[in-house]
Amino acid sequence: MERRSRHQVEAHTPVIGGGRSVLERSPLSRLPDRILKWGLAGVAVLVLVLIAYFFIRLIGESTPAFNRFGVFGFVFHNRWLPSRLIFGAAAMVFGTVVTSAIALIIGVPVAVATALYLTELCPRRARGALTILVDLLAAVPSVVYGLWGYLFLIPKLKPAEQWFADTFSFIPYVAGTVAGPSIFIAGLILAIMILPIVSAISREVISTVPAEHKEAALALGATRWEMIKMAVLPYSRPGITGGAMLGLGRALGETIAVLLVIGDDPAIPHFLFGQGYSLAAVIANEFGNESNIPIYRSALLACGLVLFVLTLLVNGFARGYVLRGERTMFRGHGGSGASDEPEVEAAMGV
Amino acid sequence: MMPPDTESKDPTAVSLPDPAEQGSATQEEAPDISALGEPKPKEAGHNVVLEGLNAYYGKMHVIKDVSLTFPTGQVTAIIGPSGSGKSTVIRCINRMHEEIPGARAEGSVKLDDLNVYAPEVDITSVRRLIGMVFQKPNPFPTMSIFDNVAAGMRLTGVRGENMRERVHKSLRAVGLWGEVKNRLDRPGIGLSGGQQQRLCIARTIAVEPEVILMDEPCSALDPIATLKVEELIDELKERYTIVIVTHNMQQAARVADSTVFMLDGEVIEHAPTSELFTTPKDERTERYVTGKFG
Amino acid sequence: MTELTRISAGRRRKDKFMRGLLAAATGVALLPLVLIIYYLVYKGIGQWSGQFFTTDPNGNFLGYPGGVRSAILGTLEVVALATLIAVPLGITVALYLVEYGKKSLFANVVRYFVDVMTGVPSIVFGLFIYIVLVVAHVGGNFTAWKGSVALSLLMFPIVARSAEVVLNLVPSSLREAALALGAPRWRVVTRIVIPTAAPGLLTGSLLAIARSAGETAPLIFTLGTANGLTFGLSQQMNTLPTQIFSDITSPRNAIVARAWGAALTLVAMILILNLIARAAQRRSRLA
Repeated sequence: MERRSRHQVEAHTPVIGGGRSVLERSPLSRLPDRILKWGLAGVAVLVLVLIAYFFIRLIGESTPAFNRFGVFGFVFHNRWLPSRLIFGAAAMVFGTVVTSAIALIIGVPVAVATALYLTELCPRRARGALTILVDLLAAVPSVVYGLWGYLFLIPKLKPAEQWFADTFSFIPYVAGTVAGPSIFIAGLILAIMILPIVSAISREVISTVPAEHKEAALALGATRWEMIKMAVLPYSRPGITGGAMLGLGRALGETIAVLLVIGDDPAIPHFLFGQGYSLAAVIANEFGNESNIPIYRSALLACGLVLFVLTLLVNGFARGYVLRGERTMFRGHGGSGASDEPEVEAAMGV
Repeated sequence: MMPPDTESKDPTAVSLPDPAEQGSATQEEAPDISALGEPKPKEAGHNVVLEGLNAYYGKMHVIKDVSLTFPTGQVTAIIGPSGSGKSTVIRCINRMHEEIPGARAEGSVKLDDLNVYAPEVDITSVRRLIGMVFQKPNPFPTMSIFDNVAAGMRLTGVRGENMRERVHKSLRAVGLWGEVKNRLDRPGIGLSGGQQQRLCIARTIAVEPEVILMDEPCSALDPIATLKVEELIDELKERYTIVIVTHNMQQAARVADSTVFMLDGEVIEHAPTSELFTTPKDERTERYVTGKFG
Repeated sequence: MTELTRISAGRRRKDKFMRGLLAAATGVALLPLVLIIYYLVYKGIGQWSGQFFTTDPNGNFLGYPGGVRSAILGTLEVVALATLIAVPLGITVALYLVEYGKKSLFANVVRYFVDVMTGVPSIVFGLFIYIVLVVAHVGGNFTAWKGSVALSLLMFPIVARSAEVVLNLVPSSLREAALALGAPRWRVVTRIVIPTAAPGLLTGSLLAIARSAGETAPLIFTLGTANGLTFGLSQQMNTLPTQIFSDITSPRNAIVARAWGAALTLVAMILILNLIARAAQRRSRLA
């Protein structure tokens, strides 16, 4: 009996030599496990080290600029004069913040409305195809958005923008002569770019509203929209907020598309359709110029640091909201369409 | 398990508090349907009559040619094994059945003379007049106790002082007033299971329905809370037509005036409760009530 | 009883209106996609020709400006190298988190930082490589492999996160069955977990590749620009995104036209990758 069981065990775990109990595994057979475990852990440590190193280097490289102009001075002073080596990035900070705000104002309502429609109202047959189409917006690369924005959207919208600026000139910051590129267009393009991610998260959140609350509303005699207002939206609000913040994080860091449509003017525009700059855009645009001028490079890298810190803060906040400590947003079957593609959503950065 | 109910005193002690007396009710409070005031003359309750009701989930024929009458002023229980269609039947009455994708129903469900399935009928009105209490208590999690009860009323445009009055009345009617009157603005989900269910009942009666459908309302509750809800049902039948689905035959025996036994989507027998349980006419009914199956 | 038929007109109207509004919003959301694809095809398809795909940009001031061959090949090379770095790394870290680290403090810290990395703008990655490798003149100035490293930084968290999701979807009952048979953990991982999760892992990787193929910002600082065809990874290299980027603002119409053609090419490549990824995901036996 014992011999038979030893045979069976041997088939799985090589037992070396005699005198050892059948149940004990040899150190050798445990080796691959250990290698795997510690190897994987090592890689994970590497990741952490990498991030820390990056942060340190970035701070190091930015320090000269901060020393010269002061942290406050750099961030809030609006004088960007490379020719005279004076750098104050307020216009960039302004542009980054304002274009992102515009993106949120335009993009989030549309994204949430789309999510509500796809989850609650859309006929089942169309749902899959429409969802894929909305998600496909995320597949378009930034440079193509920039191309389309620069060559199509700007000329096409210019007459409408001018009309708007003239008709509503009594509202502050609206009147002016529209040149073409503007912070408005940048905000609009950003809205389109963050739409898929905000919509995907919202869909996920909305589909987790328990049916019992929706039924309670319907049983009281609510119409579909009233049910959404009563049972779906209040329940989903934290998750949707988190999704919007993640969208904000994306918008803040978007580079190429913004660079091509914002006008690249290191000034704070005086009206909605004026030209401006953003932190990401200035780095991409001007890094070539700085070749050997240390302070110029330091200034650009300081912009990068400011941008990095901004996105870290926003994303950190957002993750707390959205994930609530668990990565269990992904459920495979069981969701009503939103989570049929968990890997897809994860790859989108959801 | 639900947190212990605060009312753990002798549940059979019934002391009808004077509705005008607001101070004393921290312990035992009986539900008092008269708190709702005089019933509006037209709404003295209505019979519900099902005729030839058939229901489907896609191709599955789950309710087969059911005809039943639920008289006003009475509690009718529907019993039967799982899958007999009892929940589906009542969901057809307030047209919740069709909310499920692929589900449909045919036949007639009449509230007095009008078929709720008639094309000119507004489905939200049906649901206001025919209220439903669910198996798992489902107060709206983001709303306070007050807002929960008021939820249905807000939909129909009731506002202000009128609404507030009706909220208070409903809470009194279900016997919750004393327990919650000092925390009306606290979240509805902060209550115990039994209290939540009575809150849901208050929410349902606040919109002044004529029929109340209950889908296994006590199966998620502990025995003491169950007793309180049954006590409430006894009060409610004075004013509403009540249909209760239950898998608990003792409960049917306790609360129902007449009972329907269903099997595989068909009505097997419908009789006054005591008759159904002591002298069932159909063999299948007898087997079920004596516990031979189901 | 007329109460059943009384339709509260105001509520009905509002319901219809809001439902219409939500549907319209969805249409609005899809409008840019339609417009972009339409214009890409409209303006770009005319560029597609044999010459387009077989010649390099020639930087001439007059005449035919050249095709985008070097850009396409460059993209393929740079992305391939980035994939070779990022995908194994990402799957490895995900494996650690799911199979070994689980909910330990260390694992949670790693998870958190990977999450942080997904939110970092791509330009910051470019900056990082710029600081660390380019400025320091490590192995040359602007080189293709540095561009690949920058892209791999971008891809890594995407791969890691989606891989973690997929690995978590493998039912623990499968693992337990194998372990109960006496298999050591590493065998369970290599023989059972990975094969089961393979389609999902593939999907996640393909999507990461599709994402990085379109990235421009990390490349600007790292691989320089080149017109001619280069193969060496330690030289500068042309890529589709950088080519498009530089063409957009050209005063020459012919070059701007070329940008449309190149953009159509790039989007076509990315769409194909996306479709393959989704097809792979559909064949997954998990979700």
